[in-house]
Amino acid sequence: MSLLKEVKSLVHKDVVLEWRSKYAINSILLYVVSTVFVCYQAFKSVDPTTWNALFWIILLFASVNAINKSFVQESHSRQLYYYTLASAKAVILSKIIYNMLVMLLLSAIAYLVYSVIFQNPLGDPTLYLLTVFLGSTGFASVFTMVSGISAKAGNNSTLMAVLSFPIIIPLLLVLIKVSKNAMDGLDRSVSYDELVVLLAINMITIAISLLLFPYLWRD
Amino acid sequence: MKHYWWKILGILLLLYSIIMGILGPVPALPIVHETIRNVYFHVPMWFTMFTLYFISVVYSIKYLAAGNPQHDLVAVESVNVGIVFCIFGLASGMLWANFTWGDPWPNDPKLNGSAIATLMYLAYLVLRNALEEEQKRAKISAVYNVFAFPIMIVLMYILPKTTDSLHPGSGGNAGFGQFDLDGSMKAVLYPASLGWILIGTWLMTLRFRIRKLEYQHQATAA
Repeated sequence: MSLLKEVKSLVHKDVVLEWRSKYAINSILLYVVSTVFVCYQAFKSVDPTTWNALFWIILLFASVNAINKSFVQESHSRQLYYYTLASAKAVILSKIIYNMLVMLLLSAIAYLVYSVIFQNPLGDPTLYLLTVFLGSTGFASVFTMVSGISAKAGNNSTLMAVLSFPIIIPLLLVLIKVSKNAMDGLDRSVSYDELVVLLAINMITIAISLLLFPYLWRD
Repeated sequence: MKHYWWKILGILLLLYSIIMGILGPVPALPIVHETIRNVYFHVPMWFTMFTLYFISVVYSIKYLAAGNPQHDLVAVESVNVGIVFCIFGLASGMLWANFTWGDPWPNDPKLNGSAIATLMYLAYLVLRNALEEEQKRAKISAVYNVFAFPIMIVLMYILPKTTDSLHPGSGGNAGFGQFDLDGSMKAVLYPASLGWILIGTWLMTLRFRIRKLEYQHQATAA
């Protein structure tokens, strides 16, 4: 019970901190919108396969940039203060939940802007949105752990990319496949296997993060 | 028997697999023809790589639990040797693919998956180089290693099963066992795999012992 309370107050703290400055969220939203616009200027019109791939690539880079900062925006001494207050599991869980919230907002806006600028018919919008939901939560859980690792390694942003891209590729491959199925409006039973794989990857990464983060946090 | 019996066993098994692999009977099949003998060399590379990565992740967990620096050395040397076997596996597979599929790098999920998994383990080595402080390096890279291992399994063994693949045994293709009716190929493949695994482990222990000596030398010099 106390873990839940700790997580709740830590998430609340992150949201309030962000709400006061609105710096990270605004910059990342601007990043998404300008990337979409650059792509629009470059491509003008795209075929469905490219549309889908482009959307996920935009979302991938936006999420790396958004989550990269999750462990370095606060000073070392303040992290020490959290260390005395909350358990490591609560810290990583709260960061994952917070990043999931950010990613959901981000992907919703990215999807809106993207589909308004690049018009493209979707065969099965519900399944597509479900994929976007699962994808953004998956990105959040993988990148939170990797950003914790790279933050301990002196927070080099090249290192973040090198460490996280090979790890995110399986998730990305499954996502692109399911969302392509959803675009083409295939029968949903075709995508069940992939949805289960997506859910399983999310569960596994969160479970491993919970197990491993205490070793990273205790420094 | 002395403690090095398994090294002799490894050499004997390899000799057996090379002689029987080149001279032994194989089923006559279209397209692959005699290149099916490559299965005795291509498949054991992946088994060995997987074993070495598994040893590495076990020692990473042990390091996180106990903090013994020697466990970290075992973990990193297993990855080093595992990457070599992965490169051999890719090279033998590309030779084979050139003969049977007409292209050294067809767009196959298993090929792409193993290439990405290699990138992941190269990233592990880059991460180690990025960290100066010894204990911190050992701990953070152990965390990354444990995090990367299940994703390697998903990439190399789960995703290719769900999609269309040129490899036997996935995407609705017939498995390898269906061609081997009298078990004569299994009689070579399994000893060959065991032999390569033993040789790979031997290489890893040799490298680990050199590392350990260097480590002790540094510790006494400092």
